[in-house]
Amino acid sequence: MTLERFRAKWIPVRVKKTRQNKNLELRSDSIRTDYALVAPSVELLKPIEDRGGAAQPLLQVSGLTKHFPVRGGLFSPRQTVRAVDDVSFSIAKGETLGIVGESGCGKSTTARLLMHLMTRDSGEILYDGMQAGGALSLRELRRCMQMVFQDSYASLNPRLTIEESIAFGPKVHGMAEAAARALARELLGKVGLRPEVFANRYPHEISGGQRQRVNIARALALSPRLVILDEAVSALDKSVEAQVLNLLADLKREFELTYLFISHDLNVVRYISDRVLVMYLGEVVELGPVDRVWDSPAHPYTRALLAAMPSSDPDRRTEIPPISGDPPNPIDPPAGCRFHTRCPFAEPLCAEATPQLTALDKLGHQAACYMVIPGSGHSHAGAPHQGGKIK
Amino acid sequence: MLAYIARRIVYVIPIVLSVALVCFLLVHITPGDPLIAVLPADASQELADQMRAAYGFDRPLPVQFGIWLWKAVNGDLGNSIATGRPVLTEVIRAVGNTVMLAIAAAGIGFTLGLFFGLIAGYFRDSWIDKVATSIAIAGVSLPHYWLGMVLVIIFSVQLGWLPAVGAGPGGSTAWSWDWEHIRYLILPAITTSVIPMGIVTRTVRALTGDILGQDFVEALRAKGLRERGVFRHVIKNAAPTAMAVMGLQLGYMLGGSILIETVFSWPGSGLLLNSAIFQRDLPLLQGTILVLALFFVILNLLVDIAQAAIDPRIKRS
Amino acid sequence: MSAIAEIALQAPRTSKPRGYWTTVGRRLIRDKISMACALILIAIFLSAICAPLLGLSDPYQGSMIRRLRHIGTPGYPLGTDELGRDMLARLIYGGRLSLIVGILPVILAFVIGTSLGLVAGYVGGKVNTAIMRTIDVFYAFPSVLLAIAISGALGGGIVNSIVSLTIVFVPQITRVSESVTTGVRNMDFVEAARASGAGPFTIMRAHMLGNVLGPIFVYATGLISVSMILAAGLSFLGLGTKPPEPEWGLMLNTLRTAIYINPWVAALPGAMIFAVSICFNLLSDGMRSAMDIRN
Repeated sequence: MTLERFRAKWIPVRVKKTRQNKNLELRSDSIRTDYALVAPSVELLKPIEDRGGAAQPLLQVSGLTKHFPVRGGLFSPRQTVRAVDDVSFSIAKGETLGIVGESGCGKSTTARLLMHLMTRDSGEILYDGMQAGGALSLRELRRCMQMVFQDSYASLNPRLTIEESIAFGPKVHGMAEAAARALARELLGKVGLRPEVFANRYPHEISGGQRQRVNIARALALSPRLVILDEAVSALDKSVEAQVLNLLADLKREFELTYLFISHDLNVVRYISDRVLVMYLGEVVELGPVDRVWDSPAHPYTRALLAAMPSSDPDRRTEIPPISGDPPNPIDPPAGCRFHTRCPFAEPLCAEATPQLTALDKLGHQAACYMVIPGSGHSHAGAPHQGGKIK
Repeated sequence: MLAYIARRIVYVIPIVLSVALVCFLLVHITPGDPLIAVLPADASQELADQMRAAYGFDRPLPVQFGIWLWKAVNGDLGNSIATGRPVLTEVIRAVGNTVMLAIAAAGIGFTLGLFFGLIAGYFRDSWIDKVATSIAIAGVSLPHYWLGMVLVIIFSVQLGWLPAVGAGPGGSTAWSWDWEHIRYLILPAITTSVIPMGIVTRTVRALTGDILGQDFVEALRAKGLRERGVFRHVIKNAAPTAMAVMGLQLGYMLGGSILIETVFSWPGSGLLLNSAIFQRDLPLLQGTILVLALFFVILNLLVDIAQAAIDPRIKRS
Repeated sequence: MSAIAEIALQAPRTSKPRGYWTTVGRRLIRDKISMACALILIAIFLSAICAPLLGLSDPYQGSMIRRLRHIGTPGYPLGTDELGRDMLARLIYGGRLSLIVGILPVILAFVIGTSLGLVAGYVGGKVNTAIMRTIDVFYAFPSVLLAIAISGALGGGIVNSIVSLTIVFVPQITRVSESVTTGVRNMDFVEAARASGAGPFTIMRAHMLGNVLGPIFVYATGLISVSMILAAGLSFLGLGTKPPEPEWGLMLNTLRTAIYINPWVAALPGAMIFAVSICFNLLSDGMRSAMDIRN
């Protein structure tokens, strides 16, 4: 998103000679209409320039961990919620990575850790090859990564008008008041809300879908390159959701964005993502291009998730629930593979140690399950140095 | 549940110690010599020093605090400078009268408050609600000592039905449960009950309104439950908070009765406090404030525990 | 492109923004009860401020012959007090002290309490625990007891009354402030503000203060009514203003013995306290309704 994008336009005008426009260039045509060349007056924040090059992943996460202590009673031992445990992945420039999982699997915590809104316990987060606090200052990081939250109403200060809410970020980074407001109005137009109507409204005066557009506009105000969308469309009606998803796709093209899209809705994730990451109880269980994961899910949890999506074909009704048992408490995750208590393929070795993410093919499809780790000892795994075959 | 009680009790201990510290320090921020009340004006320096040593005022403050606290725990709060009697005895006797007044006032105030609050909540925004709310706001805004005076004007001076001051005929403080004595209780109790009534009305009104607006009440009615049954559910849901508020008000009545007791010369802890202040009777002052504050703390503790006992959300947490 | 547009080098003109407080103000004006209370309060305030200009008798000048005249006596529209001083003058002049001793502690406690609560709520953690536990110690005393104890310990007088009442009110306002701040702190828009890189002071100023001040202000206005009653109560006990200064609580005290002779004159000062107190209470309720932005 740079200044050159906003090209000057010829627009028809009725010219009022004022002090500001006396230097206007004018042309006229045969229909007695004057046309003026209008220079853009909207200033934008310059995005942080690309330092790593096209091959450098925009975001590289390794070993991200966050545990929360739980205050026990007077006499019970200290417990911890292992919200995010050893999560690693990377996002390439210009792609959309979807994160999928049930409630409580750590998706939102991961998002907040990436945004540095929470301090991580361990692990590394590299933006464009740089670490926040090192080569990249935290303030600059804020210009690179922004987030759109789930609750569209709680995300906006009820006391500020929409224009003020959007203009807040640029002002923090040094933009003048008038320029920030002009930028806010411009962005409102970009997300499909007419500035004349919406700029001076309050959040409670607009609908949920409109609020979420405002949140997107606010995220774009700082000219970020990575936008994290934390369940951004989950609370919207289906038709509105479709509009917002299409808007996101348009904005991605126009502003060359990279998305991290978090959702529990598998259809939405499939629609918008290039690659998908499946999380369960704070760990990554599967990762890969979205079509590969959909067509041949490797991890039993992914398979169960996909099988749980109801089909609209009345001849293919789901009669047996694909997953049994209750999701375990994140305070007390099962030892070893966290899914083994509900897994139809579980074997004793699954309770001993956590399986690591293993590559299944050269296209980036990985899964954390003993069945695909050759030589792990699982009855479905292949012999060492051979690929495992899923039965 | 037991863990909750244990935690609350453990938490109360530092509060009690801090309260004791504040009581102790209050006396020592008094400008002027603490011995002024005891010493005659022309006392010699020697005598002053002797008295000072006898009372222990010459030791460093933390030591004085420790001694005082140790004695207090053993039931010895010193002797009143004015009467020479042990402070604890005086306070216990006076508190007994205040407790009587507080309970009588609580009976009147809470009953009326519950009644007004419930009808205001049930008939929200109707004229009944407006009347009840007006009564509540008036109750809360009234200077209670002034109300006492007005009631005395109406019922004692003009009509002569009820006595104006005291707790017994002829100024006696011995109590017995007969009409002769109860008529002395009426006006003070009514006066004391007004502010708690107002507060309870407002709280119960808000609670009832909230509960009746919740979906589960609609569900109950849709199931066919009769109004009386729905009412029972409303009471069960409103009970924890209402009880907490009432407990707090009872605490205020016990600890803060000084103004009304002054108006009616009711021989309770408030009047004792009054005389202690004006006679600069420091041991009595310290002891009374300590006992009253402790009453309040323990009452709050009991209210918290009772609230946890009946509110399943707290019980199970 | 047949439409002809008027050129504007600025961005398209938008409708004028309505500030939040303007909306609140407009709703408040439409509330008749609140307006009536506001008018009464303004009348009392003005009369107190302009007392010397109103042509009243000297509030300090009394004469034992004229003591305890009834209401409506010619020359003394509200009668005279136990020392023969004109009641109307005493009441209006008394308003000055009563209002100051009643309102100033709330203002001081508002400033101190809001700041403490903001810090405790925003920073959280150990700072929060430290501040709130200290507050809890003061909460262990009933307000009347604490006010009287501190006042009694410091000695009487106006300044000591104000100090003692401020100490009583700071914990209450801090509690409200901390609870509201914590509620706002957990909302997503504060996270979003943090995500845009703003520092804590900017966030507190731009996002939290506006949302937090409203409920605290409503609580503080309600607290004024309690403060008026307590302040007058302190004077009533002899711990506040000293005679011969006119002050409503003190007047109630000195007129107490007069209820047998002239009861209604004796009751007048209390009526003034009641009037101010109930007006502030009603105004506070009205403000709470006006501030409820979703309505």
